[in-house]
Amino acid sequence: MTALLKREILLSIRAGGSALTGVLFFLAVVSVFPFAVGPDTKLLSHLAPAILWIGALLASLLGLDRLFAQEREDGSLDMLVMQSHPLALTIFVKALAHWIMTGLPLVLATPLFGVMLNLSPLGIGATMITLLAGTPAISFIGAVGAAVSVKLPRGGMLISVLVLPLVIPVLIFGVAAITGALEDPAPFTAPFLFVCAITLFTSVLGPLAASIMLRHSAD
Amino acid sequence: MSSETIKPSIWAFANPTRFMGFANKAIPVLVIITFLLLAVGLWLSFIAPEDYQQGYTVLIMFIHVPAAWLAMMTYSVMSISAIGTIVWRHPLADVSLRSAAPLGAMFTILALATGSLWGKPMWGTWWEWDARMTSVLVLLIIYLGLIALSKAFDEPSEAALPLAVMTLTGFAIIPIIKFSVDWWNTLHQPASVSRLDKPAMGPEFLYPLLIMALAYMAIFFTLHMMAMRNEILNRRIRTMKMSAARKQSVTIPNEGAT
Repeated sequence: MTALLKREILLSIRAGGSALTGVLFFLAVVSVFPFAVGPDTKLLSHLAPAILWIGALLASLLGLDRLFAQEREDGSLDMLVMQSHPLALTIFVKALAHWIMTGLPLVLATPLFGVMLNLSPLGIGATMITLLAGTPAISFIGAVGAAVSVKLPRGGMLISVLVLPLVIPVLIFGVAAITGALEDPAPFTAPFLFVCAITLFTSVLGPLAASIMLRHSAD
Repeated sequence: MSSETIKPSIWAFANPTRFMGFANKAIPVLVIITFLLLAVGLWLSFIAPEDYQQGYTVLIMFIHVPAAWLAMMTYSVMSISAIGTIVWRHPLADVSLRSAAPLGAMFTILALATGSLWGKPMWGTWWEWDARMTSVLVLLIIYLGLIALSKAFDEPSEAALPLAVMTLTGFAIIPIIKFSVDWWNTLHQPASVSRLDKPAMGPEFLYPLLIMALAYMAIFFTLHMMAMRNEILNRRIRTMKMSAARKQSVTIPNEGAT
């Protein structure tokens, strides 16, 4: 399993640095917002948690359609299905590798973008923690979407349409937790625990659902 | 001998040919029931008294509330069909799922549109990002995504499992819609019919509403059965076309092959 994780990460680094592309996309999305809403620093710092979360959400969706497509093209998907390890575990590792290559760089890049958006240090910390806890859920739910559309020649757009409604709860609780950290009456712990719960929940159910799908599409 | 006789059960109708025979007999009956229920329900709705607060606009309720209920019921029917596809891999379950999706999308659009028409005179706004409305809008996006997914495959039978897995994954939205009015205290009022104690609604409103709900259910089952019949016929036509094309290619040898 660690070998698979290493292989996945090496593949995505050597195949054109998808991590860098994700961060670049994140930068592009974040820098488009001030053009749209105007360079008012007060308004921007108010909107910053939402902007950062939407940017992370869209950037995480980027590589999803390639999650199983490459394996299917060169036939190694059948090998993954037939090996002795449970398929769900393999998919869990693949989704984890996807998160390490897309989600984690975004978390690390958040302080820079937070400063650009005039977010307070406390807000930057809260955004980093919620993104760290919440973005894995996007990868795990996305694995289901990727497995469902693995046979489609052009599934990229469809995956986004199918996956985005399902990750809305993560977005709601993630932004709620940041607001809770910044403003006094709203609580931080409760929505943050909800984000953690969703991630843990999807880390089990997402790979399981994807494994049902892949096992049947292999034949 | 007695062990050899097959007990007629619900599974007997899971055979597409038997289902077609059943549907051909059931659809006329269902159409009559639907029209009777609709006539009674609409008549009762129109003679319902004016609400002391809302006036005549309360009549929108008799269209709006059953549509919202049916939007959720249709998704539940689709989820049960999805289980049928995943566990038994039965083609009829896939036909049921696939033909229910557009109906569910229509009920959702109806609920959103009538809710918007009702919201303007009552709340003073066409649309508010309230928890109930937003979650129903998400349900509509899920419906449309599923319809797009069902059309994306070249071979319809290949779409069966992806559709079922995605439908079950999306089922998470149904409890969110149901409890959204209790979890987030926003604009939309909480449930007033299905409560543990007495419904918070007078009988002069409750009975027309329940009959309208039954009428909507009859509409759904009629249209669903018709759509399933169409889907089965479409698949048969497709199979016939394929075999006809195959026969043709066998009798007329390919000129480029030599």
